[in-house]
Amino acid sequence: MVSILGVLLAWLGHNVLDNMRERGIRAGFDFLFDPAGFEIGEGILSYDAAQPLWRAFAMGILNTLRVAIPSIVIATLLGSLIGLGRLSTTPSLRKLCGFCVESLRNIPLLLQLLMWYFALTSLLPDASDAISPLPGVLISKGGLFLPAWSCVGGGCSWNLPHLEGFGIEGGWSLSPEYLAVLTALSLYSAVFIAEIVRGGIQSVSAGQIAAAQALGMRPLQILRHITIPLALRAIVPALTNQFLNLSKNSSLAVAVGYPELVSIANTSINQSGRAFECIVIVMAVYLTLSLITALLMNLYNARVALRGAK
Amino acid sequence: MSALKHLRTWFWLILAALILWPALNWGVVHAVWTPDLEACRAARGTGACWGVIAEKHRLLLFGRYPFNEQWRPLLASLLILSALSPIAFQKLRTRRFMACGLIGVLLAASLMTGGFAGLSPVPTKLWGGLPLTLLVSLGGTLLAFPLAILLALGRRSTLPLLRSVCTTYIELIRGVPLISLLFMAAFLFPLMLPTQFRLDILPRVIFTIALFAAAYLAEVIRGGLQAVPKGQLVAAQAIGMRHWQAITYIVLPQALRAALPAMVNSFVGIFKDSSLISIVSLHELTGALSLALGGDAEWRSFYLEGYIFIAAVYWLFCFTLSAASRRLENHLNHK
Repeated sequence: MVSILGVLLAWLGHNVLDNMRERGIRAGFDFLFDPAGFEIGEGILSYDAAQPLWRAFAMGILNTLRVAIPSIVIATLLGSLIGLGRLSTTPSLRKLCGFCVESLRNIPLLLQLLMWYFALTSLLPDASDAISPLPGVLISKGGLFLPAWSCVGGGCSWNLPHLEGFGIEGGWSLSPEYLAVLTALSLYSAVFIAEIVRGGIQSVSAGQIAAAQALGMRPLQILRHITIPLALRAIVPALTNQFLNLSKNSSLAVAVGYPELVSIANTSINQSGRAFECIVIVMAVYLTLSLITALLMNLYNARVALRGAK
Repeated sequence: MSALKHLRTWFWLILAALILWPALNWGVVHAVWTPDLEACRAARGTGACWGVIAEKHRLLLFGRYPFNEQWRPLLASLLILSALSPIAFQKLRTRRFMACGLIGVLLAASLMTGGFAGLSPVPTKLWGGLPLTLLVSLGGTLLAFPLAILLALGRRSTLPLLRSVCTTYIELIRGVPLISLLFMAAFLFPLMLPTQFRLDILPRVIFTIALFAAAYLAEVIRGGLQAVPKGQLVAAQAIGMRHWQAITYIVLPQALRAALPAMVNSFVGIFKDSSLISIVSLHELTGALSLALGGDAEWRSFYLEGYIFIAAVYWLFCFTLSAASRRLENHLNHK
């Protein structure tokens, strides 16, 4: 069976070489040092089109992390709240949380992402009529603007966003693309995490709680010393899977033009024609990210797992 | 304590009313139900324009498939849906019906393609909407199935080389996003075939979805295999069955039955993931929306209603399938 596989792979490789010769495609990763030739809308590093392509890929990876890490934090907090809400003694809260879970997890993430992007770019007012829910915070079609703590020269001060002409200047800006990806990813993952949290807490046997009560522990003490440590054992491995899914799902950002890794790779394929190399880079980066996430979560899992249990 | 509880209940009821009332007002009370552009424009901001669905439902559901031939994708969708019905109805879970379902899926695909019995051939680039979503997700899953079984058995094999090949494949595919595999289908697969041979994007994408689904299904089936007690295999060998006979006739049927609810959940995942093929420009349900509204200057302003409609279609499918899977699980647990 393995030898059949080997023959198949050899045949595919042979075809690739044939095709590449016929179409005059060159192979290799040298193109990473050519000028990228395209602009990137946002990012942490400074960047312009004349810089080499590898720097564009680095921007893409940083942009992926810039959206994936905050999403993981928000999804975990929100998911825990919804999960607890589904176990509440108040029926209306329980139903509300159940409704959130059932409605969000049965709609594809891509569609939710497109909906958020549409809502943020079409339903919000123009920059000139931006909504200001709090002083120094502006929301409009142009994105979210927050006050920024900036240090110029010697003195540090709050840099408040303000309207200038038809646009908003100053402050710390988050693009609608970024916000759409962040919201969609956080909400979609939160409902899956909510189910994990609920399952984890329900898996704590009633006897444990009763025993704690018999010892005279107060409800908060029971939660802190009995329920949470026991539930975490069931929650953490499943949570790891959700974090892995979330970081892979951040690749959907390509659909709304947020310049993360896949989006940069897509542009590079169209510009340089090096499809194979670009896809290899994307896969390698995601595999590395998955590996690091799994490693960190396994370390954490070792801390919460039952001592001596395998 | 009881007063506090009442207070909490009222708090939630009032909050729900604050959210529900405007939604009801917008979606039902002030909504426009007829494809009347003037009325829709007048109601803008106060009421929904469901007229856009009435106007565009053919494009949304069937994409650019030739208008007069759209009974074909409709019939194809119904065929695929009936092939899925054994998941929900226990009485239909017979071998004969499932074989019919498999033929139904093939029939649906050939009905869409045409070119026989007086049906005009329709190129796949005109396919779209619901039948495409169904065909890609179910076709992909069915194609994935045999590979998934082999991978699951391979991962539990005692041959180290086979085991590591299967494990590497499963972990590799599960570690990368589907979109990177779809880019492979779009850009790389044409390079992997002999130079004179050209394959359409749709079969390439279905094949890719199958390769992707196989890795996830394999893990689910492996779970099922682990649930079969070891004594079953030993007993089968004791009555003189060969190893592969014992696996095929004794272990696999029990493993697949145990894994059935999880397999349905996997299918729901694939169904939702099939929306990604709109990124490689196939106009299934998600992609059909931009097809229907993106180019139309007049109806374009009612995108929100379009999104809600498509979301409702997805929701209905996924919710029904998940509920069926939960019922299946209860049924298996109580047997």
